[in-house]
Amino acid sequence: MRLDPRTGQAIARIVLWTLTIITVAILVFIIVFILRRGLPVLSLEFLTKNPVDMGKAGGIFPTVVGTVVLTAGAILIATPLGVGTAIYLTEYTWGGPLTRIIRFGAECLAGIPSIIFGLFGFILFVTKLKFGWSILSGSLTLAFMILPTIIRTSEEAIKSVPPVYRTVSFSLGSTKWQTVTRVVLPSALPGIVTGIILSVGRSIGETAVVIFTAGSALRLPTSIFSSSRTMSVHFYILAREGISMRNAYGTAAILIIAILGINVLTYYLMNRFIKKYS
Amino acid sequence: MGHQGKQGSGRRLARNDRLVRLALLVVAFSAVSVLLVITVFIVGQGTPIMFKYGLKSFLTGTSWYPSEKLFGLWPMIVGSLFVTAGALVIGVPFGLACAIVLTEFSSRRVRRVIKPVIELLAGIPSVVYGFMGVVILVPFIRETFGGPGLSVLAASIILGIMILPTIISISVDSLQAIPPSYREGSVALGATKWQTVKMVLLPAARSGIVASIILGMGRAIGETMAVIMIAGNAASVPRSILDPVRTLTSNIALEMGYAAGEHRQALFATGVILFVIIMVLNTVANVTASRMKGTKR
Repeated sequence: MRLDPRTGQAIARIVLWTLTIITVAILVFIIVFILRRGLPVLSLEFLTKNPVDMGKAGGIFPTVVGTVVLTAGAILIATPLGVGTAIYLTEYTWGGPLTRIIRFGAECLAGIPSIIFGLFGFILFVTKLKFGWSILSGSLTLAFMILPTIIRTSEEAIKSVPPVYRTVSFSLGSTKWQTVTRVVLPSALPGIVTGIILSVGRSIGETAVVIFTAGSALRLPTSIFSSSRTMSVHFYILAREGISMRNAYGTAAILIIAILGINVLTYYLMNRFIKKYS
Repeated sequence: MGHQGKQGSGRRLARNDRLVRLALLVVAFSAVSVLLVITVFIVGQGTPIMFKYGLKSFLTGTSWYPSEKLFGLWPMIVGSLFVTAGALVIGVPFGLACAIVLTEFSSRRVRRVIKPVIELLAGIPSVVYGFMGVVILVPFIRETFGGPGLSVLAASIILGIMILPTIISISVDSLQAIPPSYREGSVALGATKWQTVKMVLLPAARSGIVASIILGMGRAIGETMAVIMIAGNAASVPRSILDPVRTLTSNIALEMGYAAGEHRQALFATGVILFVIIMVLNTVANVTASRMKGTKR
């Protein structure tokens, strides 16, 4: 017996929607679960006090500082490289083997698991270059990890700037570089910023890279050569070693809030950017 | 005079432009150089010990006792394959369903809600996924099916969720890249929407969907922290999906903290195997995806 196409359609619709709703429900569940247990723990003191007894009590201040400093370092290193690559790929070449190699390199880099970045950062920065477990080693390795994201988003942002902008700029006698810095980049800025914010999210959530390159010292870092612990690493250690579930939930809640904020921000920026050019 | 000055500055600008182009070219090679340096370091650190003890004993040896110089990676290779296959069993149907609903079965308003939600899934840190596995999934499996709970099954389910954003976003892109005439033609022939999806759109987007699945595989194989927390990490070949398992990534992360000498080199060798698997997957996905672009336009 053949199924009536309309019945088939109805069944397919129900199955597909069920799977989709389950997916959305999983996400909502994770967020609600963490926030319900974590939000009551949060207070200004939790964020600004030093941990007591390896994190059993007290706050998470040093890990907040560690997260901010490591992430900022990674962004500062990766942004010029990523945006520069994107400018070269979009404005200075038109296909050819060279571009294909660069693109292939970026795409492969995007697929490399964080544990490999961690191993690499450990052997090169921590041991060979003798930076030790430090903010410097961590930021450099994280920068390499987020580089492909920044390249891809910047490239898309620059590509979506209408060609007419460039033509007008050239017709006014500007050089290529003037056109890039004064016309193309300002127009592409919201798109580029979106990529940077996404990378901030990846850096905040990363654990494997940070443990192997920045270590997990729970002190306040004093220089770029200090070892430092990020919130993700702190959360991992609290949960895995069963130090304090209460503080683990609190730390996870902050991570979730940060990720939510980042997503809302990128969504808002993206929408504005798309509206501008369509 | 003024005219000459202008010409001079024009020449200077042109020379600056050439310098800028050169500088940008150097910067543009940053990603490729990083990739090369990573390859050199991982391979350089990991391969000597593989050849010292023989590639075959490394890949097929079933005992991992670093203190007794036994470096058999077979349990970890099998472990990685099991959890990745499990992740695909869960991730592919859910991912494809979401992609089809997003592109074909939903209104714009609904899409505007679902899409950011799915993007949010990609942003949640892997330690949080691992943690959810520990507090919800592992106890559930232990009480319902028996066994330790920390298992292939737990890791597969969590990894299946974690690879959803990869599968969904790339599948959505490839479904959206299909020219509208495909849909119009099919509907004009009297096909229902589902028939159109099944017989026209999915075959047309095949290479993109395959690429999305391969990239999802890469993510599952490469995931570390979540797997460490929920897979149990026993370095033996699992006999059922309820047995604990150790993956290649966990093997590195668990022991790197205290490993030294040949033990550390063996962990780098684990990294080499992981690296090779990932590079093969990336290249295949890349070729498949570019074939899709080739046939579309």
